[in-house]
Amino acid sequence: MLIRRTPLGERSELEVTDHSLYLRRREFIHAGAVAAAALLLPGCGRAEETAAAGNSGTSPKSPVRAPDGFSTDEPQTPLADVSSYNNFYEFGTDKDDPAENAGSLVTKPWSVSIEGEVAKPGSVPLESLLAGTPTVERVYRLRCVEAWSMVIPWRGVPLRDVLARLEPTSRAKYVAFRTLLDPAQMPGQRRAVLDWPYREGLRIDEAMHALALLATGMYGRDLPNQNGAPLRLVVPWKYGFKSIKSIVSIRLQETQPETTWNMSAPSEYGFYSNVNPDVDHPRWSQKREKRIGDYHRTRTLPFNGYADQVAQLYAGMDLRANF
Amino acid sequence: MRGGPRWFPRSSGQAALVAVALLPLAWLGISALRGTLGANPVERLEHTTGQWTLRLLLATLAITPLRRALGRPWLAPYRRTLGLLAFSYCTLHLGMYALIDLFGAWDTLVEDVLERPYISAGFTGFLLLLPLAITSTRAWLRRLGKRWVVLHRLVYAAAVAGCLHFLWLVKADLFEPLVYSGILALLLGARLWPLLKRAAASP
Repeated sequence: MLIRRTPLGERSELEVTDHSLYLRRREFIHAGAVAAAALLLPGCGRAEETAAAGNSGTSPKSPVRAPDGFSTDEPQTPLADVSSYNNFYEFGTDKDDPAENAGSLVTKPWSVSIEGEVAKPGSVPLESLLAGTPTVERVYRLRCVEAWSMVIPWRGVPLRDVLARLEPTSRAKYVAFRTLLDPAQMPGQRRAVLDWPYREGLRIDEAMHALALLATGMYGRDLPNQNGAPLRLVVPWKYGFKSIKSIVSIRLQETQPETTWNMSAPSEYGFYSNVNPDVDHPRWSQKREKRIGDYHRTRTLPFNGYADQVAQLYAGMDLRANF
Repeated sequence: MRGGPRWFPRSSGQAALVAVALLPLAWLGISALRGTLGANPVERLEHTTGQWTLRLLLATLAITPLRRALGRPWLAPYRRTLGLLAFSYCTLHLGMYALIDLFGAWDTLVEDVLERPYISAGFTGFLLLLPLAITSTRAWLRRLGKRWVVLHRLVYAAAVAGCLHFLWLVKADLFEPLVYSGILALLLGARLWPLLKRAAASP
């Protein structure tokens, strides 16, 4: 598999794909790397990912998608919007609060506490946690539970690669994540708007899904603080609040972890919180969404358009009951 | 001074109030033209017009207690001016949501009004203000007589609906809607208190 990489520094803010690379796409095709070339995003062309593309199909409701099924080629939301319109209550509850207040977050050095059902629990510097795991670029749709959405080019490592290296035990059925708790750095935590620290979790098979990403950057650069620096989760088929930011702890455990929004309002936010146009939030219809930058609302797709890849994780489950 | 069209403010004070109260709208218009309304301009327009609806509605309700407490009868006409301004922002707010935000998604509009409690509350508030705006003229005041006063008590219900609309909208941080609700509670209390005292005094 031909893997080409462009130095991140050469990329413009708004364009993760290097234009010269795009213009040379025929070379890739001639080299036989059809998927990688059409994707315009080098570095993601792993064998099983390409294989997964085979059954992704093009059902009428499917959004436009690059052949490997991992990145979309829909227009990307401008970085200026992605970095100024945030739900990150640790820095305030207004959308523009995080961009204003997140400067107080110190992201270097950063370590992550590895806990629970793993071979070697302990605190690990972020660099060591990610070392040796190949970085990928993925353009994902992000669908907020508030019925708006964005298209964001992320940089990160597949969560499953990180988890695999932690050697989970057979009792590891769930992964629990925790955000930093430090009201000095996160002024929003001085008010008990939520039960701090922010907590999220995934079932282990969800966490091991190839789409689940631990992101360290976006738009070819490090994550801005307001977007969850230095390490955040990205689970594109779930509502945005599942994609926990500024992670300081990863715990593998046997029981379903408590999650912040579910604790705050259990009838409104389920543990799974898969994007589902058929199950409305009590306060919002989930049938449509406003793509930031667009004028009108577009129809929301089941699993945020990733049904082909992830629906089998929930085979036989009542998604209305397990919302 | 009885000249000019009927809707025109009757005093320079009222004209000044209208001018000041339209500043947020002017700011929104300029920001929209300059493209500085942020990542979600429609939401910004909705939020800002909604906030000003509530502020102006609370200001409307503050006039009578203030007039009584300060003994300033000249304040009375400002109640109507403020009320009409609140209704104007409310109409813009609803229009922004129904015509721009939900453009083409009319099924969502009906569903929202019927099934989302916060939208039901907000829409109810608008429906309550509508007859008050229509009957705000002197002609209607004369035509309705005592019933006008009774009808215009709907403004209390509209303000409660507006606060519920805000309270039920927010996800976790109730601070701002609670501030509005607290002020409304004080203003309603200021009206109820004399009534209760009178009731207690005459057994």
